[in-house]
Formats: sequence, C-alpha cells, structure tokens
Amino acid sequence: MSDELNHFAGRVAAGLISRRAFLGRAAALGVGAAMADTLLGTAARAATPKKGGTLMMGLGGGESTNSLDPALAASQVPFMYISTIGNYLTTVAANGDIEPSLAESFTSSPDAKVWTFKIRKGVEFHNGKTMTADDVLKTIQRHSDKKSKSGAFGILQSIESMKVDGDNFVVTLKSGNADLPYLLADYHLAIQPNGGMDKPDSGIFTGPYKLKTFEPGVRVVMEKFANHWDSSVGHFDTVTMLVINDATARNAALQSGQVHMVNSVDPKVANLLKRAPNVTVDAVQGHGFYCFNMFCDTDPFSSNDLRMALKLAINREEMVQKILSGYGSVGNDMPVNASVPLFDSSIPQRTYDPEKAAFHYKKSGHSGSVLLRTSDAAFPGAVDAAALFQQSAKKAGIDITIKREPADGYWNDVWNKQPFSASYWGGRPTQDQMYSTAYLSSAAWNDTRFKVPGFDKLIVEARAELDKAKRKQMYSEAGRMMRDEGGLINPMFNNFISAYRKDKVAGWVDNANQDMMNGLAAVKCWQA
Amino acid sequence: MHPVLKLVTQRVALGILLLLAVSVLIFAGTQILPGDVAQAILGQQATPQALANLRAQMGLNQPAYIRYFQWLFGVLHGDLGKSLANGQDIATEIGGRLANTLFLAGVSAAIIAPLSVLLGLVSALYEGRWPDKVLSAITLATVSLPEFLLGYILMFFLAVEYPIAPSVSTVFDSMSFWEKLHAVTLPVMVLVLVSVGHTMRMTRAAILNVMQSAYIETAELKGLRPFRIIWRHAFPNAISPIVNVLMVDLAYLVVGVVVTEVVFVYPGMGQYLVDHVAKRDVPVVQAVGLIFAAVYIGLNVVADVVSILANPRLRHPK
Repeated sequence: MSDELNHFAGRVAAGLISRRAFLGRAAALGVGAAMADTLLGTAARAATPKKGGTLMMGLGGGESTNSLDPALAASQVPFMYISTIGNYLTTVAANGDIEPSLAESFTSSPDAKVWTFKIRKGVEFHNGKTMTADDVLKTIQRHSDKKSKSGAFGILQSIESMKVDGDNFVVTLKSGNADLPYLLADYHLAIQPNGGMDKPDSGIFTGPYKLKTFEPGVRVVMEKFANHWDSSVGHFDTVTMLVINDATARNAALQSGQVHMVNSVDPKVANLLKRAPNVTVDAVQGHGFYCFNMFCDTDPFSSNDLRMALKLAINREEMVQKILSGYGSVGNDMPVNASVPLFDSSIPQRTYDPEKAAFHYKKSGHSGSVLLRTSDAAFPGAVDAAALFQQSAKKAGIDITIKREPADGYWNDVWNKQPFSASYWGGRPTQDQMYSTAYLSSAAWNDTRFKVPGFDKLIVEARAELDKAKRKQMYSEAGRMMRDEGGLINPMFNNFISAYRKDKVAGWVDNANQDMMNGLAAVKCWQA
Repeated sequence: MHPVLKLVTQRVALGILLLLAVSVLIFAGTQILPGDVAQAILGQQATPQALANLRAQMGLNQPAYIRYFQWLFGVLHGDLGKSLANGQDIATEIGGRLANTLFLAGVSAAIIAPLSVLLGLVSALYEGRWPDKVLSAITLATVSLPEFLLGYILMFFLAVEYPIAPSVSTVFDSMSFWEKLHAVTLPVMVLVLVSVGHTMRMTRAAILNVMQSAYIETAELKGLRPFRIIWRHAFPNAISPIVNVLMVDLAYLVVGVVVTEVVFVYPGMGQYLVDHVAKRDVPVVQAVGLIFAAVYIGLNVVADVVSILANPRLRHPK
C-alpha cells in the first residue's frame, strides 16, 4: 500500500484534511473509492487506543531523596509518578475545567462554604482493599494536620471541618470558596488507604498503574493495574520512568529511541530537536511566568508613575523571542493568562512604548538610576533578560543598573527582600489561587508588596461567588487593577515543552495546567 | 619480623590513623555548618519547642565529642545512620550505589591500566618520532576536554547517529553481567579517554628517565632488542611512579566521576552525594565523605606497598 496514501489517511484521522479531500487524493493516486474507504477505516481505528506495550519516559527533576509519600513530593518526577499510580478527588481537564475523578460528583451550598463530594463506588486500591469515603477523609486530614509536612498544607488551611456522611465526603470551609474542587486536585492529595496514616510511603494508590520497582533518583517501574475503575485510561502494560536530569542526555535518549517521551526541553534546542526524525516537540502555554517584581511600598517604586514607566519600557515581544526562543507568550502585567478559567481576554495588551514610558518617568519625578537585581537562579536567562530590559528602557531615558546576585541564596536573600528583582512563578490553575498566594495584602509571599484593600475585597468576594459570569467580571476588574497599579512587571509566560516519539506514542493532548499533559501522559497515551 | 612485613604493617597502620583524623575533620566540618540536623529536618515549620524536643530526642544537646564517638562507634559497627531526606537506612542505600560505582571504576581500570602502560612503553620506544607525537597529541587532547563534552560527542556519534551503545547507562540488579557491560560502554569510554593520558605520560617519563642509566647502555651493548630492554630492564624500575599515578587515577574513578554519572544517568555514588548535599542530609554527607576518604587512603596505601615491593632497595634495606 502506498505510503503517501497512508499518510493522507492519517491526516484525515487527525482531522487535518477532510474525507472528501482524501478521496480526491486517493483517486489521483489511482485508488478506487471503496478501497480508499477501507483505508480510512484502518486509520480511524488507529486513533482509538491500542492496548499493551511499554512506555519509556526520560524525565528531568528527580533526586535520590524522593519518597513515595505524596505529601513530600516537590519536584517533577515525584509529581509524575504520583499522578500515574494515584488518583485525586478531582482533576483539571485539558480545557482548564475541573472534572470529577474519585469523587463521582460534587455540589456546594449557595455560599460555597459547604461542599459535598460523592465518592465513587467500586474503586479498588492496589492492595485489593475497596476505597471508602473514610479513606478520603483520612487522606485530607493527614495533609491538613498541623504537624504535617505536606506540600498541600497551605491550601487546606481554609478548611474548618470535614466529615463522612454515608458515601459522601463533606467539607465545611471557614469562608466560601468556589474553587475548592481545584484545590483538591493538587498532586499531593492522592487518596491512600486509611489516608496513608499507617505507612505514608507504601506506594498503594488507586491509579491505573501499580508500582513495581522504586529506585529513587534512578527509575520507577509501574505495571498495569487490572482492577482499575476507569477502563478508558492506562493502555500500556508497563511504564518506566528513567530519571535523566541532564537536558542533553535526555534529548539524546529520545533521539536514539531509548526513551519515548521527555519533559523540560530547553527552548534553545527545541527547534533543533524538531528536525530529528520521528520526534514531535510539543509546546503548551502554561500558567508559569518570568517576571520583575517592584515593591509598591518602597521608594522609588511607591510612585505608580515610575512603575508604569518601567512597565511600558520593557519590550515583551523581544523577551519572548530572545529569552524563550519563541516558546512563550507575552504577559500583560497580571499573574494570569488565558490558560486559566474565567480570564477576560478583552483586557488590552500592554506594549513597548518608550515615549509614553518617558512621559510617566518624567511625571514620577525620579532621577538617577534604578537598581535591578537579577540572577540565573530567578529563571533561565534572567541575566540576559535584565540586560534586554536595560537596553529597551534606555530608549525611554530610564537608566537601569543591573546587579547580578549569586544564584546560591537568591530566594532567601533577594527575592521578596529587595525592592526590584527578577523572579518567576510556576502559576496556579485558578485566578483565586494565584492572587491569594502572592497578591493579597495578607499573603506571606506578596513579593510586590501590593496592598490595596479594594483589590483584596474583590478577590475574597469573587472566591465565594458561584455565578461564573459575575465572577469573571470581578476577576476582570481585579486584573485591570493589577495591570495598572501593581508592582508586577510580567513580560512573558513560558511554555511547557515536551517531546515524544511519534512512532511510539499516540494520544497526546495538551494540558495547560502542568507539564506532560498535567502529569497524565502515561495514563492517557497509548502506543502508536 | 620480616622488614617488608614491618614496612607494610606500618603503612597500613598509618593509613588507619589518617582515616581517623579525616573522620574527625568530616564530623567537625558538618558541625560548623550553619544550622543543625534538627533544623534541617523541621525546615520552615521549626518552632523553638519542636527544635528543642527533636534535639533532645536525637541527642543533639550532648557535647560534640560524645556525639563524635557515638557516630564513630556506629560506623565501626556498620551503622551509618538514617537519611534525613527519606528516612532510609544509609548503609543499605549506599551499598547498591557503591557496587555500581565500583563496577564502573573496575571496568574502566581494567582497560586504563594495561592500555596506558602499553601506550607509554610505545611512546618511550619511539621517543620523538611520529607514534610518540600522535599518541601524545591524542591523549593530551582527550585529557584536556571536559568529561561532559566528551560524553556528548560520544553520545551523538555512538548512540544517536550510529547506535552501537545506549546513551542511558542506568543499570539495575536484574541485569546480567553482559547487559551491564553493554550499558556502561559509553561512560567507560569517556573515563578511559580522560584518564589514560596521565598514566601513559607518567610511564613514558619514568621509562625515559631509567633509559639514561648505565645498565640500559650495557643492555644495549649486549645487543638486546629495544622492546626487550624496556620491558625487562627499564619497566621494573619505573613501576613505582607509574603505580602512584595509576592509583590517583583509580581514586578519581571512584570519587570524582559525578559529571560522567549525570551525563550518562549512571546510578553511582557521585549523584547520590550531590542529591543529598542539596537536601542538607548531614548523615549521608558524613558517610559518603568517609567512604571516599577510605578509598583515597586505601589506594594510596596500595601504591606505597607496591612501590616497596617493587623496589629491591626498600625490600632489602641495609
């Protein structure tokens, strides 16, 4: 059978060309319509998941100190294996919506204070035990306990009480929060038997794969769990995650076919990697951003005119092109973008405008240079980004002095301590989480010292608002406030860049929430 | 007591003494780091009360010298303590890693030692002529290149373009010896390339040095063939400096190959140490430091002993 025809058939299945166009091409190649339809059928079947096979993943971000206790997960590889062998109550879908998982459905009281999660029946743990609402309760209790070292400890502090009511798990919050289902999708909160209170690092979960070999910092081998509750996921027989922290080694392993999938591709080499045969490089707009923070309460940045001048004096497009090699999108001085739900895309995009910047700079009455602290610890390319900023600001008559700080100790001594510095945020899946983490007056990580009572009020009110239209309006207003008065200069959102072998892996779906299809690449993909 | 036995005993005793001194240094070094183990465990959530409780529980409020002897006592009984980062028993964890490191070092050494001595002999034989110059140029070039670059170059040609060996060298218990050997092909090549130059040049220099001696001239006058002169008469007298530099190379293979380990994803000691240093895992740092020191001192003792045995003047002192 002609390769060309197969290629076209594949494109029909992928929705890239229409069936009619395919039949036309087939006719041009001398194939009858009946034969062409048969071909099409084969290609369409290939798009339904194929069972079996082995998936080899090469992942950066793993250490020999990693643990199977989900509470302690903090880097990329633990996030990946917990998401592959575990399940959460809810999960963030590819379009940013929240979907039920171990909770079959969920409802809330009108003030969003009391939430009821209906726990799925017939879910089996890897040790054969049936999951109950009590296991869910114990899990959340363990992570929210005062002595807990869980990475999810902070986001659970808004819980006042929890209880089991038949098959339901009921949470009462201190104040209303429409985003509670998002919080419970956090990757630390995988449900464990008895909440993991007996043995937190037992590796027993409810996911589509169960743990076979665990060598922290080296490899994790998982095999298909036959009794998984959802037959539409978990298509491979075996999944192996190899920890490959060196970016070049990761790419070489992908090119040589030793692994089928890699994460954290360096934007600088992404275009080169694309040229390798059988490799697909995939970039997803995420929530994370690279930024410069100004303290709104510290001179000279207490002047909004100076802040505005600096915001206008940065060339965002150039930053995306030169710092991210095009693998990113411009920021609009807000910590959120269109990848989060309820984002108002009609807020005008701020652009580089040296004249307007000069105008605001003059109005601020500031003279002399502005000291910007940077380090490659802030984000990859932060030193270069500061130099670009310096040059573009010069055209507006603003003099920026760059101070390069040592990478060691940058997060302790410079970030959130010095009035003007480079930084980054990994982003959050909802606007409320992002604003609450770093832009409320009371936030410990308020790294721009943005303290505006009106803004706080908006965010807290929006949190308890269940009407999506109203809520979107509130976030739009809050976003505009941040954009025009905040201390955040956000020139760019970075992409998650992953790559996979298209001759080995099929079923890839982008998910903005986290790297590698929100950690579910092994769960949702199948062998090509 | 035979004088050689006495000398060897002396060397070994000195080595043990030195190791004790190093253990004091390692312990003291980790003590003067800012913050203590209790703080490292509790991290951000450290309240004064929790700190005090944990310190009492771990015996951290005892004087440093008592803790040192407790630690030393544990080490001598094979108890290296528990990792702070993941609560695992350090001795068990290190066991597998150390075996991997020794496997990689052993395979590399099995190639480096004969190869470098042979190349050194050839260079000495053709001193100043093209084989000498070519060998010098190649080995100096590979010694001068950073390991990671050599690794990437080999990876590109031998794993991606002409795949004869894997670029990921992860080994695990269920692999057979030959599978492991195949897995470590590329890292071994890198280690051979970065190390062979040292020993080769030392062999060459030592042999040329001996070649100036009167007894070599006698051998030449007897009409012996050049290679036989070098092999039978010059080499035995050049063993001592060669072994010394070879041992330094071997020690490097055990303690200094973290870059190669990272590039080829080899689960050895180097990567293990770096991960735990990043987490301020003091007991692991102490244990690994001690093992590395023991390797260094042990190999140097071996070098000393071989030098003694190879030298008739030391073997039969007046």
